[in-house]
Amino acid sequence: MSVIDRTARSFLLTELITGMALTLRYMFRPKATLNYPYEKGLLSPRFRGEHALRRYPNGEERCIACKLCEAICPAQAITIEAEPRDDGSRRTTRYDIDMTKCIFCGFCQEACPVDAIVEGPNFEYSTETREELFYNKDKLLANGDRWEAQLAANIAADAPYR
Amino acid sequence: MDSGFWSGYLWPTIWIVIQIVIVVGPLLGAVAYLTLAERKILGAIQLRQGPMVVGPFGLLQPLADGLKLFVKETIVPAGANRAVFFIAPMLTFLLSLVAWAVIPFGDNMVIANINVGVLYLFAISSLGVYGIIMAGWASNSRYAFLGGLRSAAQMVSYEVSIGFIIISVLLCAGSLNLSEIVRAQEGLWFFIPLFPMFIVFFVSALAETNRAPFDLPEGESEITGGFMVEYSAMTYALFFLGEYANMILMSAFATILFLGGWLPPLSIPPFTWVPGPIWFILKICVVLFVFIWVRGTMPRYRYDQLMRLGWKVFLPFSLGWVIVTAGVLVTFGWLPE
Repeated sequence: MSVIDRTARSFLLTELITGMALTLRYMFRPKATLNYPYEKGLLSPRFRGEHALRRYPNGEERCIACKLCEAICPAQAITIEAEPRDDGSRRTTRYDIDMTKCIFCGFCQEACPVDAIVEGPNFEYSTETREELFYNKDKLLANGDRWEAQLAANIAADAPYR
Repeated sequence: MDSGFWSGYLWPTIWIVIQIVIVVGPLLGAVAYLTLAERKILGAIQLRQGPMVVGPFGLLQPLADGLKLFVKETIVPAGANRAVFFIAPMLTFLLSLVAWAVIPFGDNMVIANINVGVLYLFAISSLGVYGIIMAGWASNSRYAFLGGLRSAAQMVSYEVSIGFIIISVLLCAGSLNLSEIVRAQEGLWFFIPLFPMFIVFFVSALAETNRAPFDLPEGESEITGGFMVEYSAMTYALFFLGEYANMILMSAFATILFLGGWLPPLSIPPFTWVPGPIWFILKICVVLFVFIWVRGTMPRYRYDQLMRLGWKVFLPFSLGWVIVTAGVLVTFGWLPE
């Protein structure tokens, strides 16, 4: 009986037809691909993308030059030099991140006591030269100004879990 | 120069050239868009989108690909036999085009209405293997040589069963003329009485055109492209065009032998309003879709499985079916005149 069964199956091409039916069904499913430059996927508020230095709402920069980020950075991508400013507060004179060294571990933003250095949602910052990836303080502050709304929203969204 | 030269020789020549252009031009366009259709359908099966960037829904992608292949450099391997190396793709491409001379697109819409159309088609599709063997040999590459060998063995094996299938169709139609075969299917398309033969023919056509699951001559995962491995730019493009034109040709052949060529499904008004060539093209499209659908479904055969299927399954099966068909036709007196 099993011989007849097997022969019938192979001559009636049941397995081939099941396979073809499966692929045909898949054809009408929604596509898994995003049409990337025109459609983008959702990012978690914890997404660790391009770095930014934030400011307080009054325009004062948050960074107090404690150098915790520089100390914790496992890739040693951060370089900070600091001096007291004229009003006596401690500020950075130099804050460089070598983006070619950075491993996007997020330790810098974890270490920061004032939420000054953060990793934002931007991951589309590829450049044509290597030098453009050596970020200085101006570039990082500009990033902060550009992405502030989203950075603040992300920090607020993640706050309940900290 | 008398008028006999014009009316007896030149005008017929010009008329035939016009006919050829009318057939070959749209054919090459169809080949280009078949590549896009294949990428789109495979993409859909794999939950992808396929080409989307060049033009709306990627519709200009074939043009971009063609342009790319045109402007690239043709590289000839150091040890290659130059003459054969260049003849091989041309041969493949030419053979895939000359076969269209006998394909009837509609009632009396055929370039050469010869009485041995089936034999002509069969001969041309058998010759196709030469281009591949020559390419495999002339490239002076082991992968290419392996691909050529595989292709030779495969195409020869499956042509045998295709031959028997064609014989059973001829028994039912009573003619070797492709237009007559289509007319014999008025009322009942041959794929209904000869359904198992239709399936065997389709599978053999897959093997004949080196398509998945029988794409061993290319076998990109084992022999990195097989006979095409050393080809680039236009020489590669000619192989590519030839392969896809052959696919369309085999679909047209299957349509003529089994699916009633240009005939509408039912000979009643809503169907008969659509002209014959449209039905013919629609049927070809359906068969081509199945070609691509199979590629998206089946894994590649192993070489010994391929040979076993050809010689130990298809050959006895089609031979037996020829005998059964002949017996039934004679017993019931259904033989065509």
